[in-house]
Amino acid sequence: MTAYTKTETQDAPSRAERVQIVKSPGGLTAWLVEDYAVPLVALEFALLGGAAQDPKGKPGLATLLAGMLDEGAGPYDSDGFHRALEEYAVELSFSADRDFISGRMQTLARNKEQAFEFLRLAVTQARIEEEDFERVKGQVTASLRRELNDPDHAASRAFRAYAYPDHPYGTPLRGSLETLPSIARSEVLDARAATFARDSLRIAAVGAIDAQTLGKYLDQAFGALPAKASLVPVPDVVFSGEGSRHVIDLDVPQSTIRFGRQGIARRDEDFMPATVVNHVLGGGVFSARLFREVREKRGLAYSVYSRLVDQEHGSMLWGGTSTKNERAAESMQVIEAEIRSLADQGPSEEELEKAKKYLIGSYALRFDTSTKIAGHLARLQAEGYGLDYLDERNKLIAAVTLEDAKRAAKRLFGDGSLLVTLVGRPVGM
Amino acid sequence: MPGPAALTPSASNPATPSGPTVATARLENGLDIVVIPDHRAPVVTHMVWYRNGSADDPIGKTGIAHFLEHLMFKGTSNHPVGEYSELIADLGGQENAFTSNDYTAYFQRVAKEHLKVCMEYEADRMRNLVLTDDVVAPERDVVLEERRMYTDSDPAHLLSEAVQAALFTRHPYGAPVIGWGEDVALLGRTDALAYYERFYTPENAILVVAGDVEPQAVIDLAKSIYGAIPARGEAPKRARPREPDIRGHRLVTLADEKVEQPSFQSLFRVPSYRTAARGEAEALEVLAHYLGGGQASLLFKTLVIDKKIAVSAGAHYIGTALDDTRFYIYAMPAPGVSLEALDAEVEKIIADVARNGIDEADLARAKTRLVADAIYAQDNQSTLAQWYGASLTTGLTLEDIAAWPERIEAVTAADVTKALHFLDRQRSVTGFLLPVEAAA
Repeated sequence: MTAYTKTETQDAPSRAERVQIVKSPGGLTAWLVEDYAVPLVALEFALLGGAAQDPKGKPGLATLLAGMLDEGAGPYDSDGFHRALEEYAVELSFSADRDFISGRMQTLARNKEQAFEFLRLAVTQARIEEEDFERVKGQVTASLRRELNDPDHAASRAFRAYAYPDHPYGTPLRGSLETLPSIARSEVLDARAATFARDSLRIAAVGAIDAQTLGKYLDQAFGALPAKASLVPVPDVVFSGEGSRHVIDLDVPQSTIRFGRQGIARRDEDFMPATVVNHVLGGGVFSARLFREVREKRGLAYSVYSRLVDQEHGSMLWGGTSTKNERAAESMQVIEAEIRSLADQGPSEEELEKAKKYLIGSYALRFDTSTKIAGHLARLQAEGYGLDYLDERNKLIAAVTLEDAKRAAKRLFGDGSLLVTLVGRPVGM
Repeated sequence: MPGPAALTPSASNPATPSGPTVATARLENGLDIVVIPDHRAPVVTHMVWYRNGSADDPIGKTGIAHFLEHLMFKGTSNHPVGEYSELIADLGGQENAFTSNDYTAYFQRVAKEHLKVCMEYEADRMRNLVLTDDVVAPERDVVLEERRMYTDSDPAHLLSEAVQAALFTRHPYGAPVIGWGEDVALLGRTDALAYYERFYTPENAILVVAGDVEPQAVIDLAKSIYGAIPARGEAPKRARPREPDIRGHRLVTLADEKVEQPSFQSLFRVPSYRTAARGEAEALEVLAHYLGGGQASLLFKTLVIDKKIAVSAGAHYIGTALDDTRFYIYAMPAPGVSLEALDAEVEKIIADVARNGIDEADLARAKTRLVADAIYAQDNQSTLAQWYGASLTTGLTLEDIAAWPERIEAVTAADVTKALHFLDRQRSVTGFLLPVEAAA
């Protein structure tokens, strides 16, 4: 087996060297991977702020703002804008996440001039008309109704609410049936005025475009935005509810479970060791402990995983599974035992090596399509990483020692107490 | 996915730029090979497709194709359970598998220098699978949990199953891919092995490799690894009962206390790319986009924007299928609008189009958008590999795939209007998802 297992760091060409940092004449910055093999251009940007900026009692505001950007802009009404995008086969979409609003554009290279014009209109001249606003609100409301009794959504909603009771991270990203009606169009306009600015913009582009052309188009698309955003300061937050368990009754044959606890932040020196030990616990591989113990050995669940979720103002360990009501208690016992075991003893030398090999080797799989590369590069910038991270990331993982991993496991899993939310009719819990 | 991607430039559409050249070969044991080079990243997608899916499940054994897909990860006489999966993970690779109505596919995505390992892995389990009751029983529980998770806990999914079962009364497209729970609970080791013996043969498989590779090197490597598998003589036959032309509109209603948002769907049995007369499937593809492909479509504009009786609406054609297939129309009503009213309005829209013909500008736009998908697909080696695999396992040829953009371009307004006759209410099934109080 060892014949195949040279690690990528030994002979990997630099990823950072393929990226140009483009400065537009107007002062905007973008990361660009220039590549003409396929006649396409992909662009992704992030505007810092996101749903964490939603005022108290108004969750869902950032989602509505993102949803309104392609509902008519400049000379086009909503219908006209969608027709125009389709006429040039331009893909344009926007979404809100916890810490930023993202935009994605993909175009055939021959239509890039029109594509950047549509981007300009959406970002700087979205109409956000009352009638369209009510319609989009109706669409979000319908999807919230559809998900109200969906076990996955219900378990995740409850988990966040218990984990962050007094923080925007605890609210539902798209709002709730109670809060959505109270959001006015004027509040969406205010949110745009506060957050859409050149200094909070992080841009990445990939494909058949050169730096000079990109710079020119960036100034056209984003140049009219104000220089500075006025973001509301968001406090850092500590995870709540460890050691508590909450059952939400729903008449379904399976219990859907979310579990987690305080995580380790990306700025923390133990972030990479924690990333590696989380992979040992619940990464998406056959050898992950949760997969082996919960699914493979006992047939308790189809899906079982854990993740290290790093947000700008707080991080968490977050996992989930779904198991029939009669075996929910057994599943939780198995999961808790694995977490305690990792906290006490850390991973084995072999587990550590396997996790590092996977995390290092699989990084390449994030760079095989223009849209994936643009998304990753925009996200890295939004999270405050420099270009050097593209090459440093795997070296940091390679440098994690068993001692580091044991220390991080102790910190990450602590006494093993978890916040648990269960939706269903779990027996004996 | 709207349809297969084209990689070759088409004469009638000079605006479509040329893509990579696809290489093909067939080994002496009957294994087909397709290689799709993409040199932008040092990564390769390796897939083995089998020309069997849930529609080939024996009577009373629904779910066996999907169950076997799970069991294919349980080790072989040469490599115990988990060995190859751990090796792939050690290489930084990802792997998985999926089962559909007409095919089952296994894939790995790895750095290009590891292609050989992937081939050894798939070649090994194409002939050497070992199953014991110790691994079969817990895995059956896993599948039952998968069913509980996606289907049994979700009224919308349960309704979809019921609607499919009403649309296909004899043809196995009427059964869910994962199988009916009652059947799955009884599947065992001998069922799985019998199925494996029948279908997992080189004659029944297609190797699709996409990524940073040289075609001849891939074919040579495949010859040395897959070529060692003995031929079985001929490919297994797929024999499925024909679906009769059942007249009479059928309404399937599911009311559940978990439902807060009602929804509507209409399903029509229509020809697939394989069963359609020349140009008919392409016309259905264009019709689906014209009627319900996004916010610029007729259904969305009429129901959501103009009449405000729906919050969403769309249409979809599942053209990639071995046998006659499905055309969907779906919508979610605005508050206070009944599903009956929505259903009647959809029927009226279809009748209006049939009577008044279709708008040429809208038609041109729909075709532009569809054809562009073939170019967008070139950005993603996995997408390309999936389009080729799905097309070839459902009876299409490489020529069909290459000609797809031209054939879409060639669709006329008259073709689309003619395709409307497939949306015959008297042969359709409508599904209503309702809250309990509304149904009472």
